[in-house]
Amino acid sequence: MNFPVIVTVTLREGIADPEGATIERALPALGFTGVTHVRAGKSFRMTIEATDEASALEKATALAERLLSNPVIEDASASIGTSATGGSV
Amino acid sequence: MTRIGVVVFPGSNCEYDALAAVAALGAQADFIWHSETSITDFDGVILPGGFAHGDYLRPGALARFSPVMEAVANFANDGGPVLGICNGFQVLTEAGLLPGALQKNRGLTFICEPTTLIVESTRSVLTRGATKGQELVIPINHFSGAYTCDDETLRSLEENDQIVLRYKENPNGSVGDIAGVSNVAGNVVGLMPHPERAMSTLLGSADGRVLLDGFVFAPALAR
Repeated sequence: MNFPVIVTVTLREGIADPEGATIERALPALGFTGVTHVRAGKSFRMTIEATDEASALEKATALAERLLSNPVIEDASASIGTSATGGSV
Repeated sequence: MTRIGVVVFPGSNCEYDALAAVAALGAQADFIWHSETSITDFDGVILPGGFAHGDYLRPGALARFSPVMEAVANFANDGGPVLGICNGFQVLTEAGLLPGALQKNRGLTFICEPTTLIVESTRSVLTRGATKGQELVIPINHFSGAYTCDDETLRSLEENDQIVLRYKENPNGSVGDIAGVSNVAGNVVGLMPHPERAMSTLLGSADGRVLLDGFVFAPALAR
Protein backbone atom coordinates (compact mmCIF):
# COMPACT_ATOMS: atom_id res chain seq x y z
CA MET A 1 0.00 0.00 0.00
CA ASN A 2 0.99 3.60 -0.52
CA PHE A 3 0.83 5.99 2.41
CA PRO A 4 1.08 9.77 2.22
CA VAL A 5 3.61 10.95 4.76
CA ILE A 6 4.65 14.36 5.98
CA VAL A 7 7.99 14.91 7.67
CA THR A 8 8.47 18.14 9.60
CA VAL A 9 11.94 19.38 10.50
CA THR A 10 12.44 22.19 13.00
CA LEU A 11 15.41 23.54 14.91
CA ARG A 12 15.82 22.01 18.32
CA GLU A 13 14.80 24.03 21.35
CA GLY A 14 17.64 26.24 22.46
CA ILE A 15 19.16 26.51 18.97
CA ALA A 16 19.04 30.08 17.69
CA ASP A 17 16.60 30.49 14.81
CA PRO A 18 17.44 33.72 12.94
CA GLU A 19 14.71 33.06 10.36
CA GLY A 20 11.98 32.60 12.97
CA ALA A 21 13.22 35.64 14.90
CA THR A 22 13.15 37.80 11.77
CA ILE A 23 9.60 36.69 10.94
CA GLU A 24 8.52 37.38 14.51
CA ARG A 25 9.96 40.89 14.40
CA ALA A 26 8.19 41.61 11.10
CA LEU A 27 4.71 40.62 12.30
CA PRO A 28 3.85 43.67 14.47
CA ALA A 29 4.62 45.98 11.55
CA LEU A 30 1.85 44.20 9.63
CA GLY A 31 -0.61 44.51 12.50
CA PHE A 32 -0.22 40.97 13.82
CA THR A 33 0.40 41.47 17.51
CA GLY A 34 0.63 38.88 20.26
CA VAL A 35 2.51 36.32 18.13
CA THR A 36 5.56 34.89 19.87
CA HIS A 37 7.87 31.87 19.76
CA VAL A 38 7.94 31.73 15.95
CA ARG A 39 10.14 28.87 14.75
CA ALA A 40 10.90 28.34 11.07
CA GLY A 41 11.24 24.83 9.68
CA LYS A 42 10.74 22.65 6.66
CA SER A 43 8.18 20.07 5.69
CA PHE A 44 8.55 17.25 3.19
CA ARG A 45 5.70 15.37 1.56
CA MET A 46 6.21 11.93 0.17
CA THR A 47 4.47 8.69 -0.65
CA ILE A 48 5.83 5.59 1.02
CA GLU A 49 5.07 2.04 -0.03
CA ALA A 50 4.66 -0.16 3.02
CA THR A 51 2.55 -2.96 4.41
CA ASP A 52 0.93 -0.76 7.04
CA GLU A 53 0.99 2.72 8.56
CA ALA A 54 3.42 1.78 11.30
CA SER A 55 6.10 0.55 8.92
CA ALA A 56 5.58 3.56 6.63
CA LEU A 57 6.17 5.84 9.62
CA GLU A 58 9.17 3.79 10.69
CA LYS A 59 10.75 4.22 7.27
CA ALA A 60 9.90 7.95 7.23
CA THR A 61 11.42 8.46 10.67
CA ALA A 62 14.58 6.63 9.65
CA LEU A 63 15.11 8.66 6.49
CA ALA A 64 14.24 11.86 8.33
CA GLU A 65 16.94 11.19 10.91
CA ARG A 66 19.50 10.02 8.35
CA LEU A 67 19.05 12.67 5.67
CA LEU A 68 16.27 15.22 6.07
CA SER A 69 17.46 16.57 9.42
CA ASN A 70 20.77 17.25 11.10
CA PRO A 71 20.29 15.78 14.60
CA VAL A 72 22.95 18.15 15.95
CA ILE A 73 20.60 21.10 15.57
CA GLU A 74 17.25 19.79 14.31
CA ASP A 75 14.32 17.60 15.35
CA ALA A 76 12.28 15.63 12.85
CA SER A 77 8.82 14.16 13.15
CA ALA A 78 6.84 12.05 10.71
CA SER A 79 3.10 11.68 10.43
CA ILE A 80 0.64 10.00 8.11
CA GLY A 81 -1.48 12.37 6.10
CA THR A 82 -1.31 15.27 3.73
CA SER A 83 -1.12 18.05 6.30
CA ALA A 84 1.66 18.71 8.77
CA THR A 85 -0.67 17.82 11.61
CA GLY A 86 -1.40 14.37 10.22
CA GLY A 87 -5.12 13.61 10.16
CA SER A 88 -7.19 12.74 7.13
CA VAL A 89 -5.67 11.33 3.99
CA MET B 1 56.94 16.17 -3.68
CA THR B 2 54.15 16.84 -1.25
CA ARG B 3 50.85 16.13 -2.96
CA ILE B 4 47.53 17.54 -1.81
CA GLY B 5 44.14 16.37 -3.06
CA VAL B 6 41.34 18.88 -3.56
CA VAL B 7 37.93 17.20 -3.52
CA VAL B 8 35.54 18.52 -6.16
CA PHE B 9 31.80 18.09 -5.71
CA PRO B 10 29.22 19.19 -8.27
CA GLY B 11 28.76 22.81 -7.14
CA SER B 12 32.19 23.35 -5.58
CA ASN B 13 33.52 26.73 -6.68
CA CYS B 14 36.74 27.36 -4.75
CA GLU B 15 38.62 24.30 -5.98
CA TYR B 16 40.86 26.30 -8.32
CA ASP B 17 41.66 28.80 -5.56
CA ALA B 18 42.73 25.91 -3.32
CA LEU B 19 44.75 24.34 -6.13
CA ALA B 20 46.50 27.65 -6.87
CA ALA B 21 47.21 28.29 -3.19
CA VAL B 22 48.86 24.89 -2.74
CA ALA B 23 50.85 25.38 -5.95
CA ALA B 24 51.95 28.84 -4.77
CA LEU B 25 53.42 27.18 -1.68
CA GLY B 26 55.45 24.85 -3.90
CA ALA B 27 53.51 21.63 -3.50
CA GLN B 28 51.57 19.63 -6.02
CA ALA B 29 47.78 19.65 -5.93
CA ASP B 30 45.35 17.51 -7.87
CA PHE B 31 41.58 17.33 -7.99
CA ILE B 32 39.71 14.33 -6.59
CA TRP B 33 36.25 13.97 -8.17
CA HIS B 34 33.50 13.27 -5.64
CA SER B 35 32.64 9.89 -7.14
CA GLU B 36 36.11 8.50 -6.43
CA THR B 37 36.09 5.75 -3.83
CA SER B 38 39.71 5.83 -2.71
CA ILE B 39 42.32 8.41 -1.79
CA THR B 40 45.82 7.12 -2.39
CA ASP B 41 49.20 8.82 -2.73
CA PHE B 42 48.02 12.06 -1.13
CA ASP B 43 49.68 13.75 1.85
CA GLY B 44 46.62 15.82 2.68
CA VAL B 45 43.07 16.47 1.49
CA ILE B 46 41.22 19.79 1.14
CA LEU B 47 37.44 20.09 0.86
CA PRO B 48 36.99 23.47 -0.82
CA GLY B 49 34.29 26.10 -0.63
CA GLY B 50 31.23 26.35 -2.81
CA PHE B 51 27.75 24.89 -2.89
CA ALA B 52 28.23 21.12 -3.09
CA HIS B 53 25.16 19.50 -4.63
CA GLY B 54 23.56 22.96 -4.69
CA ASP B 55 23.47 23.07 -0.89
CA TYR B 56 20.03 21.49 -1.30
CA LEU B 57 18.39 20.44 1.95
CA ARG B 58 21.26 21.90 4.06
CA PRO B 59 24.82 22.83 3.17
CA GLY B 60 26.79 19.59 3.12
CA ALA B 61 23.75 17.37 3.69
CA LEU B 62 23.97 15.62 0.33
CA ALA B 63 27.72 15.94 -0.14
CA ARG B 64 28.34 13.76 2.90
CA PHE B 65 26.84 10.86 0.93
CA SER B 66 29.13 11.36 -2.07
CA PRO B 67 31.22 8.18 -2.54
CA VAL B 68 34.47 10.03 -1.85
CA MET B 69 33.41 10.87 1.70
CA GLU B 70 33.93 7.31 2.90
CA ALA B 71 37.48 7.52 1.57
CA VAL B 72 37.92 10.91 3.25
CA ALA B 73 36.73 9.41 6.53
CA ASN B 74 39.18 6.51 6.21
CA PHE B 75 42.00 8.91 5.34
CA ALA B 76 41.12 11.04 8.39
CA ASN B 77 40.84 8.04 10.70
CA ASP B 78 44.31 6.95 9.59
CA GLY B 79 45.62 10.33 10.78
CA GLY B 80 45.75 12.00 7.37
CA PRO B 81 45.46 15.80 7.39
CA VAL B 82 42.01 16.94 6.21
CA LEU B 83 41.00 20.57 5.81
CA GLY B 84 37.46 21.80 5.14
CA ILE B 85 37.15 25.40 4.05
CA CYS B 86 33.73 27.10 4.21
CA ASN B 87 31.41 24.63 2.41
CA GLY B 88 34.05 21.98 3.08
CA PHE B 89 33.69 22.72 6.82
CA GLN B 90 29.93 22.29 6.48
CA VAL B 91 30.45 18.96 4.73
CA LEU B 92 32.80 17.73 7.48
CA THR B 93 30.29 18.58 10.23
CA GLU B 94 27.45 16.89 8.32
CA ALA B 95 29.67 13.84 7.85
CA GLY B 96 30.32 13.72 11.59
CA LEU B 97 34.09 14.17 11.13
CA LEU B 98 33.88 17.43 13.09
CA PRO B 99 31.52 18.31 15.96
CA GLY B 100 28.77 20.91 15.77
CA ALA B 101 26.94 22.41 12.81
CA LEU B 102 26.87 25.58 10.73
CA GLN B 103 23.69 27.60 10.95
CA LYS B 104 22.37 30.58 8.99
CA ASN B 105 24.17 33.79 9.93
CA ARG B 106 22.69 35.97 12.64
CA GLY B 107 20.73 38.66 10.77
CA LEU B 108 20.24 36.39 7.75
CA THR B 109 22.78 38.22 5.64
CA PHE B 110 25.35 36.81 3.24
CA ILE B 111 28.66 38.20 4.50
CA CYS B 112 31.70 38.73 2.28
CA GLU B 113 34.39 40.72 4.07
CA PRO B 114 37.83 40.44 5.65
CA THR B 115 37.76 39.27 9.27
CA THR B 116 40.42 39.28 11.94
CA LEU B 117 41.00 35.85 13.42
CA ILE B 118 42.82 34.91 16.60
CA VAL B 119 44.79 31.68 16.68
CA GLU B 120 43.50 29.75 19.72
CA SER B 121 45.33 26.47 19.31
CA THR B 122 48.53 25.56 17.51
CA ARG B 123 47.96 21.85 17.94
CA SER B 124 45.99 21.37 14.72
CA VAL B 125 47.35 20.56 11.26
CA LEU B 126 46.23 24.02 10.10
CA THR B 127 47.71 26.16 12.85
CA ARG B 128 50.91 24.33 13.77
CA GLY B 129 52.97 26.96 11.92
CA ALA B 130 51.22 29.85 13.67
CA THR B 131 51.60 31.16 17.22
CA LYS B 132 48.90 31.19 19.88
CA GLY B 133 47.23 34.60 20.03
CA GLN B 134 48.44 35.55 16.55
CA GLU B 135 45.99 37.73 14.61
CA LEU B 136 45.30 36.89 10.99
CA VAL B 137 43.24 38.85 8.46
CA ILE B 138 41.34 36.38 6.29
CA PRO B 139 38.09 36.88 4.36
CA ILE B 140 34.79 35.14 4.99
CA ASN B 141 32.20 34.56 2.27
CA HIS B 142 29.12 32.74 3.50
CA PHE B 143 25.43 32.69 4.44
CA SER B 144 25.43 29.66 6.75
CA GLY B 145 28.54 30.21 8.83
CA ALA B 146 27.32 30.57 12.38
CA TYR B 147 29.01 27.77 14.28
CA THR B 148 26.48 26.04 16.53
CA CYS B 149 26.78 23.35 19.17
CA ASP B 150 25.27 22.56 22.54
CA ASP B 151 26.90 23.59 25.83
CA GLU B 152 28.28 20.13 26.47
CA THR B 153 30.03 20.03 23.09
CA LEU B 154 31.39 23.54 23.63
CA ARG B 155 32.87 22.48 26.97
CA SER B 156 34.51 19.43 25.44
CA LEU B 157 35.89 21.54 22.56
CA GLU B 158 37.51 23.84 25.11
CA GLU B 159 38.78 21.01 27.30
CA ASN B 160 40.32 19.18 24.34
CA ASP B 161 41.86 22.28 22.77
CA GLN B 162 39.73 21.83 19.63
CA ILE B 163 38.89 25.48 19.07
CA VAL B 164 41.43 26.41 16.42
CA LEU B 165 40.46 29.96 15.45
CA ARG B 166 38.09 32.58 16.85
CA TYR B 167 36.81 35.81 15.32
CA LYS B 168 38.10 38.93 17.00
CA GLU B 169 34.71 40.50 16.29
CA ASN B 170 31.93 38.00 15.79
CA PRO B 171 30.48 38.62 12.31
CA ASN B 172 27.80 35.96 12.10
CA GLY B 173 26.59 34.87 15.54
CA SER B 174 28.91 31.88 15.93
CA VAL B 175 28.83 30.26 19.37
CA GLY B 176 31.94 31.32 21.31
CA ASP B 177 33.09 33.46 18.33
CA ILE B 178 34.31 30.19 16.79
CA ALA B 179 35.70 30.43 13.25
CA GLY B 180 37.30 26.99 13.08
CA VAL B 181 37.51 23.73 15.00
CA SER B 182 39.46 20.49 14.84
CA ASN B 183 38.74 16.93 15.81
CA VAL B 184 40.28 15.62 19.04
CA ALA B 185 43.42 14.36 17.29
CA GLY B 186 43.91 17.69 15.50
CA ASN B 187 44.32 16.19 12.01
CA VAL B 188 40.87 17.21 10.76
CA VAL B 189 40.17 20.94 10.70
CA GLY B 190 37.27 23.02 9.41
CA LEU B 191 36.98 26.77 9.19
CA MET B 192 34.58 29.21 7.56
CA PRO B 193 37.18 31.84 6.53
CA HIS B 194 39.08 31.32 3.27
CA PRO B 195 42.86 31.13 3.81
CA GLU B 196 43.31 30.26 0.12
CA ARG B 197 42.04 33.76 -0.70
CA ALA B 198 44.61 35.39 1.56
CA MET B 199 47.80 34.39 -0.23
CA SER B 200 49.08 37.76 -1.45
CA THR B 201 49.29 41.26 0.01
CA LEU B 202 48.51 42.50 -3.48
CA LEU B 203 45.02 41.03 -3.01
CA GLY B 204 44.54 42.27 0.54
CA SER B 205 46.27 39.78 2.81
CA ALA B 206 48.88 37.04 2.81
CA ASP B 207 47.88 35.77 6.25
CA GLY B 208 46.47 32.55 4.83
CA ARG B 209 49.98 31.41 3.96
CA VAL B 210 51.03 30.57 7.51
CA LEU B 211 47.96 28.34 7.84
CA LEU B 212 48.15 26.53 4.51
CA ASP B 213 51.92 26.24 4.69
CA GLY B 214 51.58 24.40 7.99
CA PHE B 215 48.83 22.20 6.58
CA VAL B 216 50.69 21.33 3.38
CA PHE B 217 54.20 20.71 4.65
CA ALA B 218 54.29 19.52 8.24
CA PRO B 219 54.15 15.75 8.61
CA ALA B 220 50.85 14.18 9.56
CA LEU B 221 50.33 14.30 13.31
CA ALA B 222 49.32 10.76 13.94
CA ARG B 223 51.57 9.02 11.44
